[in-house]
Amino acid sequence: MTQTGTDRVKRGMAEMQKGGVIMDVVNAEQAKIAEEAGAVAVMALERVPSDIRAAGGVARMADLKIVEEVLKAVSIPVMAKARIGHFVEARLLESMGVDYIDESEVLTPADEVYHIDKSTFTVPFVCGARNLGEALRRIGEGASMIRTKGEPGTGNIVEAVRHMRMMQSQIRKVTGMSRDELMTEAKELGAPYELLLQIHQTGKLPVVNFAAGGVATPADAALMMHLGSDGVFVGSGIFKSSNPAKFAKAIVEATTHYEDFALIAQLSKDLGSPMTGIEISKLEAHERMQERGW
Amino acid sequence: MAGNIKVGVLALQGAVREHIQILDKLGVEAVAVKRKEQLVDVDGLIIPGGESTTIGKLLRQYDLQAPILEFHAKGKPIFGTCAGLIIIAKHITENNEPHLPLLNVTVQRNAFGRQVDSFEADLPIKDVAEDFQAVFIRAPLITEVGADVEVLSTVKDQVVAVKQENLLGISFHPELTDDTRLHAYFLNMVKKAIEKHQ
Repeated sequence: MTQTGTDRVKRGMAEMQKGGVIMDVVNAEQAKIAEEAGAVAVMALERVPSDIRAAGGVARMADLKIVEEVLKAVSIPVMAKARIGHFVEARLLESMGVDYIDESEVLTPADEVYHIDKSTFTVPFVCGARNLGEALRRIGEGASMIRTKGEPGTGNIVEAVRHMRMMQSQIRKVTGMSRDELMTEAKELGAPYELLLQIHQTGKLPVVNFAAGGVATPADAALMMHLGSDGVFVGSGIFKSSNPAKFAKAIVEATTHYEDFALIAQLSKDLGSPMTGIEISKLEAHERMQERGW
Repeated sequence: MAGNIKVGVLALQGAVREHIQILDKLGVEAVAVKRKEQLVDVDGLIIPGGESTTIGKLLRQYDLQAPILEFHAKGKPIFGTCAGLIIIAKHITENNEPHLPLLNVTVQRNAFGRQVDSFEADLPIKDVAEDFQAVFIRAPLITEVGADVEVLSTVKDQVVAVKQENLLGISFHPELTDDTRLHAYFLNMVKKAIEKHQ
């Protein structure tokens, strides 16, 4: 007897991405550059986050023609984004054979109260989180992979660092607590008790946790790996740099060999210029994508 | 369980940690191998699941191909799971260039379909188990086997586990369950190889 869409199969898919880099692409040509550079997956989008930021208006699921084009262009897994709460967008992506869906704050939320009930899907989901409570709520809804939210499309790593440090420190805290403190902690974090208990026992999240939202250089990627990320998403950082193929390859290598500083130094020489960054304090409250989702 | 045996897990990308945990459980020293120098003092090598294109590129970038082929030529066992199976296969369909042409089989990447078609199944594996919980994730299939290759398991009449002398190749992910029997089987191969060379 065989079974599809089990937790083990959905979470296992993310386990296979560990130590790798997932890159945002907007067409087949970029997808091929990403695959050639050694990406473990690509995220098919209509616009990278920095362009979504620039364009304003409502950002929706990508034109499915782009998704189809990317699915055909590469043999590595293809992910795509659906709006928070928009389970029909997610069903459409699932029906097209997308390998992973990102219920993403980069797009304009479709529901300001509820996220998608991801447990009812065969395709696995990744969701963003800023802290342990948010991560566990998403896992409770059926997410099979977590990533930091960071602040997408800024090329500024500070928010991803904040979110990863927060999650790791909260995991350490829960691991060190006595069991009778856990229920109150669950209440304070807004996290399902059973998942908190699991972290208390294992010392780690039950799913893979990647860095995302602001990675722009090989050193940024290595920094996130040192802080405990299982791998890295790079959005605008590659195709908004001056030499995407070279940046892509360098970020892949820096993620694999994040402890080899001499190698990362070598990789970082003469790379060209990274994407133009945005200082977070210059963003108005409504421009902060990380505040989307609850 | 196994005194001084040291087993490497190729740590370029993928499910490295899970293999190391299973080896720990079996009482064997495990080494995450990222550089060719580290191959010198391991007795066997596991190539884990992950993305075969990524692992293949990194193998080339860090000149690991020749040292691993040499490692095999010395009679040291290699165990490839999922992407690892693709890496050690002699032939890959659709004109994909082989990475480490060792195991005399042809594999087809993503043979069961996309992620929504990924599945788990209980499988009998010859000499290993009657009911191994096998997790298939965008898994490859073995479409042709050479005369010197022994088939250990099939699913839906398709070959998913093989052995050829010191090579073990499987389409699924034993590292994603708590079942240590396939790893124990591989450690036996490693032990025998050590005894043979003493």
